[in-house]
Parts: sequence; structure tokens; C-alpha cells
Amino acid sequence: MALGRFVPFDPAAWSILKIVLRNRPPIKIGKRATQSMNFCVCIKQVPDVQASVQTGRMVLNAYDASALEEALVINQGSEDRIDLVLVGPSSASETIRKALAMGASDATHLVIDEAAALDSHAVAHLLAGHFKDHTYDVILTGKQSQDSDAGLAGSMLAELLGLPYATNAVGLKADGDAMVVTRQGDAGQEIIEISTPCLVTCSNDMNNPRIPALKGIMAAKRKQIATDTPEVPGSRTVITTTAPPPNREPGIKLEGEPEDVVSELVRRLSEEAGVI
Amino acid sequence: MKPILVFLSVQDGRIKRSSLEAMTRAREVASEQGADLHAALLGSKSSELATEASNHGATTIYLLSDPVFDSHLNAPVIAGLEAVIRKSDPRLLVMASTEAVKDVLGSLSVRLDAAVLPDVASFDVAGEEVVCQRPVMAAKMLATTHSSHSLVIVSVRSGSYEATPSPVDATVETVPFVFDAADLGLTIREIVSSAGNTVDLSEARVVVAAGRGVRDEAGRDLVLELASITGAAIGASRAVVETGLFPATAQIGQTGKVVSPDLYFAVGISGAIQHVAGMANSRIIVAINKDADAPIFDVATYGIVGDCFNILPLLNAELKKALA
Repeated sequence: MALGRFVPFDPAAWSILKIVLRNRPPIKIGKRATQSMNFCVCIKQVPDVQASVQTGRMVLNAYDASALEEALVINQGSEDRIDLVLVGPSSASETIRKALAMGASDATHLVIDEAAALDSHAVAHLLAGHFKDHTYDVILTGKQSQDSDAGLAGSMLAELLGLPYATNAVGLKADGDAMVVTRQGDAGQEIIEISTPCLVTCSNDMNNPRIPALKGIMAAKRKQIATDTPEVPGSRTVITTTAPPPNREPGIKLEGEPEDVVSELVRRLSEEAGVI
Repeated sequence: MKPILVFLSVQDGRIKRSSLEAMTRAREVASEQGADLHAALLGSKSSELATEASNHGATTIYLLSDPVFDSHLNAPVIAGLEAVIRKSDPRLLVMASTEAVKDVLGSLSVRLDAAVLPDVASFDVAGEEVVCQRPVMAAKMLATTHSSHSLVIVSVRSGSYEATPSPVDATVETVPFVFDAADLGLTIREIVSSAGNTVDLSEARVVVAAGRGVRDEAGRDLVLELASITGAAIGASRAVVETGLFPATAQIGQTGKVVSPDLYFAVGISGAIQHVAGMANSRIIVAINKDADAPIFDVATYGIVGDCFNILPLLNAELKKALA
């Protein structure tokens, strides 16, 4: 795969690295032989936006599924935990079961009213409340939810908890007491090291989440889901209306012999559209 | 109304076009509301860019010059913007919706106790409310959202507005900035940039995007040739990025980049909604696909049903003649 060239290290970044290395606690040998972590994955139930017709079918947010898959891969063969937390109506327990079936350890359901319209700010505050009593090495979540596409709750939560964070991860691995995150930036991929505890939001480009096996589905059925009904904080943004976007002008299909079609296209791009 | 502050993203020593688009819209709103227009520039050479900011209407420009901004890291950007906000005291903070901005938006809003309207296609101020329209449900729906919070941050999708200059006299103020890297908790190990010298995708006027129909290296060469003839940036669908033919930085769609060029060539792209979400606002869309029922033809301005291996050699030759 053409990844392009490696850019030499930025001197500014080097100086930061040196300072961080100097202030780093001594390396504890043997603490994490398996390079695993205690994870909590924040998940959300969303409408199936990939369906061409909306049937009301609800699914696990695809980005959260990738976050969970990544934790499962990192912790393979380890005793470390992968817990789940979900903010959503009681009907979302179906999605929690699915994520448990993929292999997560335990789950907490922060139950809110079916009609409550929470913005990212409210969701982040509810999650922050949960993490006051639950501590982990790494909190993972999807980089956005596929219904609202806001991409805010993760970094809001990190700031509320005072944790260093990275967003839009396309690669993740544990390295001693740190996480090494490859994130997709504007001009290329940025590989950054974050000390734990930390928070990382995941792209769905990092893996293909597993389909739960029968054994996992049966085990998930027997698991207790802890529930809590926290007070819902206020939202700062309000959706007034949601409507289909204006249609594009219908286009033209150019038909005929390839040679004719191509010259017709070039003529139209030049004379009609004025783009060449 | 209190000022509107625009954060100008800099890449390769230039202010990004998407930032100037957002700035142009901010200038219109500021003028309607009788508000001042401020700009923030972060980077070791930020002072060289102040003129471009005043050429686009900023009357006060805040500069933070520190080499820490030369490579993106979220914590210093948040600290820098926080320092500027304390000075500017705006009603509205406007930024282009770049990956770097998406990285800081949520945490910055918590730090500043602000509301956020992310990734908007349009925004306005009506009385006490900041109103926006933003695509949701993989851009199948458009949500009108508002906030009456005292400080609102808006990030604007590239191509939503046209960038136009409007020169004014400006005051340039250097904001003192000391960043304590020791308690940062994160460091850059390495930056892997996508192949050099190519046109930046989110800024490009012409985009040539490849899909699964571009099956192999020979197909890729045809796509690269079309891009070279038209001076286009190169994009790709998720399906073809997964084959390794194109880098992940080229990915266009809900999870990748959002582009809205004047001319978009979709070559061998079926048009899954996740892809269309990232390019549907392009002005002219040309689709080349051998499947006549491919959904890409629903959004195409001009469609050609045919295998790109047959069409592209002819098209490249014809375009070469036309552009010679």
C-alpha cells in the first residue's frame, strides 16, 4: 500500500518528546507482559443509516463497534477488562447484548427517557458522571455517531475527565503504560503516544468488527446489565426541524458509441458547465 | 453584538481556502449584526499571514507564534484558542471543519463553557439565536439546529461558501503564549504524510475519485493521468482504499474527507450513501460506471455508462486536446 514518504521529525516535536521523557515515571518492568489495558467502550444505539429505506431498525453505531473490536484484539488472551457503557432508552439494551456477545466483560446502561433529545454536551456529562466511580486505563468510543455525525461527545468527555485524548484513530496499540495512536489528520497520518489513563475515539476504517458467535450470544444472555437512571442535564443545542436536503437537478446520461459520448461530455463540460 | 472570531487554519504556509470561506460568511453575518470581525492565527510564522486575514475583512488579528503549532497536537491548539477567546470575547467562534478542528471542537467547548454546532452547511444569527443547517443521517437529511448559549462555536464544511476578499485596516495583536509541554500527556512520534506535491483534496477545484471499478494498477494509472491533465486532487472510495491502491488520506465520504469542488469525476464508484455524503455538494459531477443502475447516476450531472478502462483512455485524449 502506498503510504507515501516519511517526513523527518519536527524539531519542535523532539523538544516536547525530550521534556516528556524526562518527566516520565520509571518504567515498571513486568507490569504488562501482554500489552493489554483495562478498557471501557462507550457505545450508542443508532438508526441503521446504511439501509436505503428507514424501517426504524436500530443498530450498534458502526464507529463504536470498531472501537470495541480494537479493544478485543488488544486484550486477546489477557484477563484485563473491556466494559461497556451506553446512554439510551431502555430499548437500547438490545444493542448492549449485541456488544456483550462480541466479547465485552460487563455493561452499564444509563437509562434515559425515550423522548429525551440529548445533544453531545448532555451525553458527555452523563458519561462523565459514570466515570467518576469507574476508572479505566483507556476509554474508547466511536469518532462520531452515524445518525448525528457530530463527533463531539468523545473529546468533551476527555475534557470533563481531564484526560489526554486522541480522535479519529485508524490504528491503536498498547505500549507499556501508553497507547500509540495512528490518527488520520488533514495532510497525512499522525502517530502519537498518549500516556494512560486516556481517551481515544475510533474511525471505522481500523478494522472489521466481528459478528458475534453463538457461544458469545448465549453468554451475553446470562450477563447482568447494571442500570442507572441519572438526571438528564440540559442540552445547549436544539434541533428544530429535520428534512431531506433539496434535490439536485436531474442529470443527463450520455449514450452512444464511446468516442461520441466522450467528445459530447468534453463539449458539455466546456460549453454548458464552463468547468474546463 | 459581540465580535465574531474566526480561527484561520494554516497548511503549508498558507491560510486554508475553507477557512477563508468560513471567514467570508462570518464577515457577512458580522456586518448584518453590526459586530466586529476578529481572526486568530496560530503558528510559528503566523505574522506573515496577518495581511491575508485583513484582506478578508478582519479588523483585529490575534497572533500566537510558537513552533508547537507547526505539527497538529490538540492540547496546545485548545490552550492557544482559549487564550485568544479571553481577549476577543466573541459571541461566535467560526472555524473551517478540518480534521484538526474536529479534533479540538468538543474539548474546546467544554473548556470555554460554549455550545457547538459542528460541521454545518450554513449558519446565521437571528436575534439571540445562532441557527445552522447541518447534514445528518449520512447526509440523507438536513437538520436545522440552533443555540442561544452565550458563546457558540460553529465549524463550517468546506465549499459551503465562496471565499471573497474585502480588505480593511487591521490591528495586529500578539498574544503571549507559553505552553507547558510537560503535562501534555501526548507526544508526536511520527507524521506520515500522503504522497507529496499532490493537490490538497479538501481545497481542490477539480477532484478525480476512484472506486472499485478501478481494479488494478493499470486503472490507477488512467485515473492519475486524468488528474494530471485536469490539475485535480485524487480521491477514492472506501472500497478502493481497502484494496491498497489508494492511500487512506484520499478517502472521501462520511468517514473520510468532505469535498465540494467545481468538477468531480467519479470513476468506477457505485455511489454508496457513505461516499455520496462526502461529495454530493460538488457543482458538476461526472460519473463513469459500467452498471447503469449504480446510485452514483442519481447525483451525477453527466453520466456515462461504460467500463472506465474503455472510457478513460478516450476521455484523457479528448481532454488533452481540449486543454492544450
